[in-house]
Amino acid sequence: MEKFIELFAEALEREGEIKMEDEFRNYDEWSSIAYLSVIAMMDEEYDVQIEEAEFKKLRTVQAVYDACTNK
Amino acid sequence: MAYIQYEGVGITAMSAAVPKRVIKNREYTEVFSAQEANDIVEKTGIEERRFSDAETCSSDLCFAAAEKLIADNNINREEIDLLVFISQTPDYRMPATSCTLQHRLGLPNSTIAFDITLGCSAFMYGLSVVYGMMERSGLRKALLLDGETRSKVYSPRDRRSAFLFGDGGVAALIERDPKFGKSTFSMNSDGSRADLIMIPAGGYRKMSSADTVVEKVIDEYGNMRSEEQGYMRGGDVFNFVIREIPCDIKNTVAYAGKEMDSFDYVVFHQANNFINGYIAKKMKLNTEKIPSTIAKFGNTSSVSVPLTIVSELQGKLDGKKELLLTAFGVGMTWATGVVPFVDCKISDLVEVEHGKAV
Repeated sequence: MEKFIELFAEALEREGEIKMEDEFRNYDEWSSIAYLSVIAMMDEEYDVQIEEAEFKKLRTVQAVYDACTNK
Repeated sequence: MAYIQYEGVGITAMSAAVPKRVIKNREYTEVFSAQEANDIVEKTGIEERRFSDAETCSSDLCFAAAEKLIADNNINREEIDLLVFISQTPDYRMPATSCTLQHRLGLPNSTIAFDITLGCSAFMYGLSVVYGMMERSGLRKALLLDGETRSKVYSPRDRRSAFLFGDGGVAALIERDPKFGKSTFSMNSDGSRADLIMIPAGGYRKMSSADTVVEKVIDEYGNMRSEEQGYMRGGDVFNFVIREIPCDIKNTVAYAGKEMDSFDYVVFHQANNFINGYIAKKMKLNTEKIPSTIAKFGNTSSVSVPLTIVSELQGKLDGKKELLLTAFGVGMTWATGVVPFVDCKISDLVEVEHGKAV
């Protein structure tokens, strides 16, 4: 999970703290570009490809983590 | 995957034209902030694009390129028996732009002329159609023209597409000659993803009306566009590309009996550095063999592969070279070609203003 947070922070280019319960869309760093980086990270690190409609349902960092690990 | 092979047909000369007007993305800040523009440039690698003026259509870019090609290679217009024009930004809904170009280029009425309507992968589809016709006896020379003015398609108020697309036109002379040997193409389609990149209105499913030209806010980021402007679901396109393209490239190369290392150049559709860099990294490709025009021309849809060849490989195609061409996009369609180039003559790039070469 620490590794995931590190990768997630890197994709968002976020320096600040990331907690699993955070709603990541509220981060200042969140943007349509950050979104592309996150799904690239999901493919590269977890071999998970997620459709935009599915991703839109994910609200928290935990939810993204779950999507990565529960294939 | 559908594969098709041709023998003894190839591109003997190429030329390209782009609008003279340069759009610098970092200064493209009428709607979005400089910070946002810079972030997008850093991510996509698209520094500049070329935008047509109101008087310049895809056909004008192709006309300028074709005139340059004909002049530089002393082509007898009477010998051009086939003209195929590729575009999704034609002059009219009818007639076909290829017919108007047959006349403007002074080609005889015996010329076969028709359009192919397809997106980013279309140059390989066009090559395949023309190679197929040229491989038979009868036709002497073929002109494959490919032009796009995507600057006219997308909303400048939709940040998901406003910084990506540019305009260009190319001309390729295709002839029969045993020196070319074998060409291999893979072409694919997936209409279940038709809604990933689309202009929803203005065709005959949803015809033009006062409502379809009104710009509306379309998402949580405040992006705006009308239904007659294109949209792209970038995330889903990205997922599609990383799922399909590396696999298609590997399979086509294997089918052609080649190795990835054996190509002199690998020319990708110039989508953006984010996607292209990711594919290259995932496939562990040697980036020195991958010419790029993403920084200076952006994404010109189907024109991007041949425009990159003209712009970056001039003087580098002497003797026999093996190129791997691959492209993907709207449809969705994707295609890969293993295409030999033998002493291909490449003209200097032409610039166009007010519909004419300058």
